[in-house]
Amino acid sequence: MDVDGSQARMAAFLRDHQDKIVGRWSELVVAGVRGRSSVVEARRELEDIYSLIIAVMSGPGEAGPGEQARVELRAVLAEFSRSRARSGFAPGETALGVFSLKEAVYELIADAADLMPEFLAFSRLIDNLGLYTFESYAAARERIITDQATSMLELSTPVVRLWDGIIAVPLVGTLDSARTQLVMEKLLETLVATGADHAVLDITGVPTVDTEVAQHLLKTVNAARLLGAECTVSGIRPQVAQTIVSLGIEFGDIATKATLADALAHALSRAGLKVGPA
Amino acid sequence: MERVPILKIGSTLFVSIQIDLQDETVIRLQEDLATELVATRATGVIIDITAVEIVDSFIGRMLTMIGSISRLFDAETVLVGMRPAVAITLTELGLSLRGVRTALNAEKGLELLSGSS
Amino acid sequence: MDELPIQSGDDVVRVRQHVRILAAKSGLSLVDQTKVVTAASELARNALVYGGGGMARVEVVTSATGRNGVRVDFTDDGPGIGDVDLALTDGWTSGAGLGLGLSGARRLVDEFELTSKAGAGTSVVIVKWSR
Repeated sequence: MDVDGSQARMAAFLRDHQDKIVGRWSELVVAGVRGRSSVVEARRELEDIYSLIIAVMSGPGEAGPGEQARVELRAVLAEFSRSRARSGFAPGETALGVFSLKEAVYELIADAADLMPEFLAFSRLIDNLGLYTFESYAAARERIITDQATSMLELSTPVVRLWDGIIAVPLVGTLDSARTQLVMEKLLETLVATGADHAVLDITGVPTVDTEVAQHLLKTVNAARLLGAECTVSGIRPQVAQTIVSLGIEFGDIATKATLADALAHALSRAGLKVGPA
Repeated sequence: MERVPILKIGSTLFVSIQIDLQDETVIRLQEDLATELVATRATGVIIDITAVEIVDSFIGRMLTMIGSISRLFDAETVLVGMRPAVAITLTELGLSLRGVRTALNAEKGLELLSGSS
Repeated sequence: MDELPIQSGDDVVRVRQHVRILAAKSGLSLVDQTKVVTAASELARNALVYGGGGMARVEVVTSATGRNGVRVDFTDDGPGIGDVDLALTDGWTSGAGLGLGLSGARRLVDEFELTSKAGAGTSVVIVKWSR
């Protein structure tokens, strides 16, 4: 955001015609978002940005009030972009909001030929601000997507209590490393909270079990063992069984069962319990 | 250098680690435990690591060694109270600590010990 | 950036505590904090035991996308590692058969850079980002 020393006259012009320019700017911005915001709302936000732009242009060089205003302006624009991103406005609409200030100013300045060179420098400043706004928007959108992905991951990883001391983790979907981390965390936290000593990892809903998935399962079992819990892997479908054997995957001393029911019976018998007629 | 205290209750030795473990401290603990096992003829050792935030490969190996040392004196060792974050990290490091039994807490650790004797 | 000398077992503990504080400041989850501190513990110990002592430089960093993380730089002037690739394979050991734990430490962090030559010391830089 480079500012020429000769911006003083431009700054004065902006100050003198503030009301008219901000008014016109607000109209242009609202027209750009097709009525999703009112002129009054837009004006409130833009007034702030406008004052800061004047402050940046009036401040001399690197230190002092000009620098302070520059920092504040970046912060305000970043917040402007963030809220637009969250409200679902398009990236173009958001950046256009900044660029249309040029148009509003130009309409008034078109007849003042002596201010043209300064208008050029002003235009450059607005271009930089517009780009910065666009970049902030992009970063904010990315953040939202990451957060949503995390929530989805959380929601699809329940841990249920089957019986005293026996919990089950029904895994649905692919078991990649991100998922495995989450499963381990939730499983271990539940072990601590419930004092369970047996966990059933049900993989009925896991479409493919290859060496990588098997490693993830093994990791999860290892972690649970460190907290004194034993694990059983259930839900091994016939096709999955073939893949496991042909890939040479060894489950070692981890008990494996075809169904969750079998796994529950196994866990109950290990706990010294059995189910019988009433 | 700090020393980790060893408590004797019945035929079990209790070790509760409350400090940030320095290498020398762990080695000293091994020596102290060996001495106590011989002196008391205890049959079980419970090492409580509820308060331990970091277990790296060195400390992990030392804990496994404690298990081996105890076995030489015919005593069983149970590691209790490992924090989830520590368990996940150890698993990622590839340390399964085979050679020491584990339990959720001291109470379950004792159950394990009485079950095996 | 904070510089911490690694000349004793106490120093290793101090490095752990310091990395823990900065990891928490960077907004890392509890599990991620534990991972990076454990990795730092491994590497600090290596610098002490195999490198004859060294230095750790710890700082909070920010990525291009605005994410915070913690970065630790370990250096020592020890004998160095002749075959870096070999040292990074699982189960590789050296010295008293205790292993350098490098491959393990690498799995715990997001970025891991090891530079070493026989007779020219070792440098390891790790970074763990918040999610």
